[in-house]
Amino acid sequence: MAGDSSIFRRGEGLEMKHRTVAAWLSAIFAGLGQLYNRQFIKGILFIAVEILALFYFINNLGTAIWGTVTLGESGSHFEKVNGIARLVPGDHSINLLIQGLITIILFIIFVIYYVMNIKDAYQIGKQRELGVAANNFKGTLQYILEQKFAVAFLTIPGIGILFFTIMPIIFMILLSFTNYSAPDHLPPAKLVDWVGFDTFKNLLTLKSWSHTFWGVLVWTIIWAVLSTVTTYFGGMFVALLIQQKVVKLKGLWRTILIIPYAIPQLISLLVMRNMFNGQFGPINQYLAYFGLGGLPWLTDPFWAKVTVIVVNMWVGIPVSMLLIMGVLTTISKDLYEAADIDGATNYQKFRIITLPMILFSTAPILITQFAGNINNFNAIFLLTNGNPVVGDYQYAGATDLLVTWLYKLTLDQNRYNMASAVGIIIFLIIASFSIYNYRRTRSFKEEDMIQ
Amino acid sequence: MSARKLGNFVRAAGSYLLLIIISICCLYPALWVVLASFRPGKSLYSKTLIPEVFTLDHYRELFTSKSILFGQWYMNTLKISVLSTIIGTILVLLTSYAVSRFRFRGRKTALSTILVLGMFPGFMSMIAVYILLKEMHLLDTHLALIIVYAAGAPLGGTFIMKGYLDTIPRSLDEAAKIDGASNLMIFSRIILPLSRPMLTYIALTQFVGPWVDFIFAKLVLRTKPNWTVAVGLYDMVSSNQNSNFTVFAAAAVLIALPIGILFMFLQRMLVDGMTAGASKG
Repeated sequence: MAGDSSIFRRGEGLEMKHRTVAAWLSAIFAGLGQLYNRQFIKGILFIAVEILALFYFINNLGTAIWGTVTLGESGSHFEKVNGIARLVPGDHSINLLIQGLITIILFIIFVIYYVMNIKDAYQIGKQRELGVAANNFKGTLQYILEQKFAVAFLTIPGIGILFFTIMPIIFMILLSFTNYSAPDHLPPAKLVDWVGFDTFKNLLTLKSWSHTFWGVLVWTIIWAVLSTVTTYFGGMFVALLIQQKVVKLKGLWRTILIIPYAIPQLISLLVMRNMFNGQFGPINQYLAYFGLGGLPWLTDPFWAKVTVIVVNMWVGIPVSMLLIMGVLTTISKDLYEAADIDGATNYQKFRIITLPMILFSTAPILITQFAGNINNFNAIFLLTNGNPVVGDYQYAGATDLLVTWLYKLTLDQNRYNMASAVGIIIFLIIASFSIYNYRRTRSFKEEDMIQ
Repeated sequence: MSARKLGNFVRAAGSYLLLIIISICCLYPALWVVLASFRPGKSLYSKTLIPEVFTLDHYRELFTSKSILFGQWYMNTLKISVLSTIIGTILVLLTSYAVSRFRFRGRKTALSTILVLGMFPGFMSMIAVYILLKEMHLLDTHLALIIVYAAGAPLGGTFIMKGYLDTIPRSLDEAAKIDGASNLMIFSRIILPLSRPMLTYIALTQFVGPWVDFIFAKLVLRTKPNWTVAVGLYDMVSSNQNSNFTVFAAAAVLIALPIGILFMFLQRMLVDGMTAGASKG
């Protein structure tokens, strides 16, 4: 009786055991649980990963945390070696920060791996308790390809995005809380320190910076509105012009008007920069030919703004035209026929049928274009370089947008902390528009009003 | 009746006049730069639009000059853009196929992450990527550019591609699955052929990137023989603006021509791509 029950209990204990033992073994050292579950290749692979990881983290994790917290403790300095003063390289704060960041990201990945390893051992142990044999290695691979396909597929792009996008963005966000900036805090000569929100405070309240910031921000918004509106309605106008019944050879006109779109912006904008050249450019040459004085297209603050808007129309109208022509073909002819019967004039037809249909279908694109124009680096940088320079701005010119200012602050002036702060603000602006847009399109899709 | 005819006539005449003026505005810069590239001399200024004598000297100079290594830059760019297009397009396909066809934990998070990341200005990450490449000893190599361009592709293309894949009926996959097809087979036999139009769009936008990126490429490529055409072209303009304009014009024509032709061929798809990108969430 006693024996029976003990056997019974032992059996129950064994069943319980597989999953707990496997999980515990894997918790002690990754892969052990898998070995216990008789998944030998998998187990060995897991063990190998853990050994590599241990080597790496024992050497690096301490330094990484120290580096990110302190950003280095000694700048480069002179030290007496055998009575001769010698320059000793100090800690490079920025390299410490970025190496620390990479190590910490790798550590997070490792922790996730470890947890998954324990979970896996537990699951397989459970399967074995239920009498299902554990997959062999080939079976495991097949399982991943069939059941975990999406996750497996996403790994490679995920790693790329993690290291080339997410890590850099975190890095730059962190930078805005440091004093990494010319002239006083540039490694390797000097150390960089954490300063909290000082950078943002300076940007928004320190007279010289805030004046530039608000000035550039206001022009960025004016530019975004004007450039979006001009290209959009310009494109609509051209599309309607070509689509008229009286116009023949529609294909030909369309092809001609698309040409600006087909030329890469790098080329067309650099060419435009030469065309609007105040001294030798053909535009002023023609104006002189008609007896008019040349205009300071790129050198006067007001005219430079006019020039960028006009040139942007040249670049942007074809895209809007193509889009709107696409919409026009989808508007049903019945609507117009019904309007004809009611005796509507052309203007009425446009206002009541055409315009709402176009606006409805292209509204999301309009918002995307608006957000894109806030960040329209090429149009400004290639054409005017942000110039003409404004005297009381900090490193910005009359046509500089926030993005081009960001570029100058980073690559020309090495004011990295300010640049990051500006970048975060740009992100907030763009993000609010895009999220609004995203929501809107979703609600549109669900409502399905017109189609 | 005749008043109406007259009205129509005026309207037609007005429309044609406007179209002609707009066409001239569209064509003039292109025409001007093409003609300038055949003009003798070096200066930006010319008395007439059409040069009195045509010359091919500037094109010759591009390929023989000691300071402008245009031929080499062209090959560099071609290499970088072909490789990054292939890798980048594959990555976009992988991501969008996964998020379009499978429901897994973290899918929503993955999607919104991609959306949010795309909103950061690119320059913000440049310095960090630069230091990262330095640590990997990849500065001044083409591999660095290929990796960075390809790794960035899923951010730009996933939403557009996913929107397109969503329109391919799932019943096709399911039927194939019942017939015993594996995920990889469904991917290569059904999804891949059906998504060819959008694939072309993604590949084209990816292909053009290296031809026009003059900022990141300049940061990474330190020595002249390694440059891409965009870096070289921008250097020509920023370093000596008026002194050698005609050579710049010739280079501009040689870069714009292949890309322009590609765009003209694929314009339909480009519009579809843009619309899909904006309206599909």
